[in-house]
This record gives sequence, structure tokens and C-alpha cells, in this order.
Amino acid sequence: MWVYEKKLEHPVKIKSKDLQMAKFLMAQYGGPDGELGASIRYLSQRYTMPTGKTKGLLTDIGTEELAHVEMIAAMIYQLTKDASPEEMKAAGLGAHFTEHDNAIYPADANGIPWTGAYIQSIGDPITDLTEDMAAEVATVYEQQCDEYGSTRYIPPNY
Amino acid sequence: MEYGNQSCENLLLKLQELTFAAVDLNLYLDNHPENKNALADFNAITRELNKLKKLYEAENGPLTNFGCSESKYPWEWVNDPWPWEII
Repeated sequence: MWVYEKKLEHPVKIKSKDLQMAKFLMAQYGGPDGELGASIRYLSQRYTMPTGKTKGLLTDIGTEELAHVEMIAAMIYQLTKDASPEEMKAAGLGAHFTEHDNAIYPADANGIPWTGAYIQSIGDPITDLTEDMAAEVATVYEQQCDEYGSTRYIPPNY
Repeated sequence: MEYGNQSCENLLLKLQELTFAAVDLNLYLDNHPENKNALADFNAITRELNKLKKLYEAENGPLTNFGCSESKYPWEWVNDPWPWEII
């Protein structure tokens, strides 16, 4: 089973509205390479992993990805808090407002709802882990850093 | 480490820092169960974390649900703020 811890994994304290950034961040929430997909991918694949190590690792990273889902959702919540329908429309979130008001909904930056079709769990550990590595490649992070002119994402050294 | 006079905000930040370290060490140990240094660090951080959680919960109510933390009366779990509301 799971328990909930009433705190974020890392603080999220965004004091100003930025609807354009909220829209882009949706990619990381409900997009094909987003956190929700990562979590469901690992938590589905873990059942048929061959060893205690791989079952444990996928349980733990699948759980941690849920904490990432929560941080991204908190960011989108704070970035769009108190935005008017007109402001949402001007930022390209008019359709989001029509269907979800200012609520948090797992879709990508284009409004396409998250789907289990983004992930695979095929029962062969090498195939599953290869999919996991592809999904973890930092392309989405890099593109988002480029959009904001910030430092490029530097992958950790393993 | 002593946390006696820390504000709630500092306590929460310290909790987040220790949890971050615990998560990373946990994931490392999943792949390296026989690394004694990593295990010693993990256990030391976990002890520190449990101590700090008790201090934080005495002021702010339960951090975890479903039987992991006790509550004072009335049931404190439902109290605001929730994590996404702490700005």
C-alpha cells in the first residue's frame, strides 16, 4: 500500500502568475515524457521484474515520480491561481478553461489528455528497462530550459 | 543536531533536505545493497529524520496518514494548509 506525506519533495513557492509557463509545464505533467507517465510506467513494470533489486528499484522510483507529479501540479496550480478566463484565453489556455476551469488536469501542453498508450510494460526486463532509459533522456528538460533561456539541463554523472 | 528554536518554515525545509538525501541513498542502496558506507549514512539520516518529524508534527499535526502518525483532538489531518498552498 501507499501512505501520503503532507509535504512536497522540494519547496514550490511561486508568487507571481505566469500562464505561458504553466502551459509549457503541462508537458512535464501529463505529456508522453512527463512525470505521470514515468510513475505509471515503473509501477506497472515492477511486477514482472526478475530480481528483488529491480522490483525494489522500480517500486521506489515509481513512488518518487508521484512526488514529482505533485510538484509539477503544485507549480501549475500556483502559476494559474486566480487567473481570469480572459487571461487564460490570451495565454492559449482558453480551451483548458472551457473544460477544466482553473483546475489541475493531466494533459500535455496542447491539452491532449494523458493516456496509458504513452507507456509500455511488456514483461521482458531488458525491453522494459530500455524503454525507461529512453523516457528518462533529458530532451524535454532541455527544450524547456531553452524556452526560458536558462542554463541547459546537465545530466548527472553516473 | 538541535532544532529547539527553529521556525516551522525552517523545520519543513530541513525535513525536505533530509528526505531528499534519504531518497537518493535509498535508490543507491537498491542497486548497491552491500555498500556499508551508504547504509550507515542512510540509517543516520533516517534517525535524524524521525527525530525531526516528531518535532514538526507536535507543532503542525500529522505528516503521514493511515496509521503512521497520531493526531491530537480534533482530527488534525484535514487542517490547512496543504502542501501546494504553502507559498
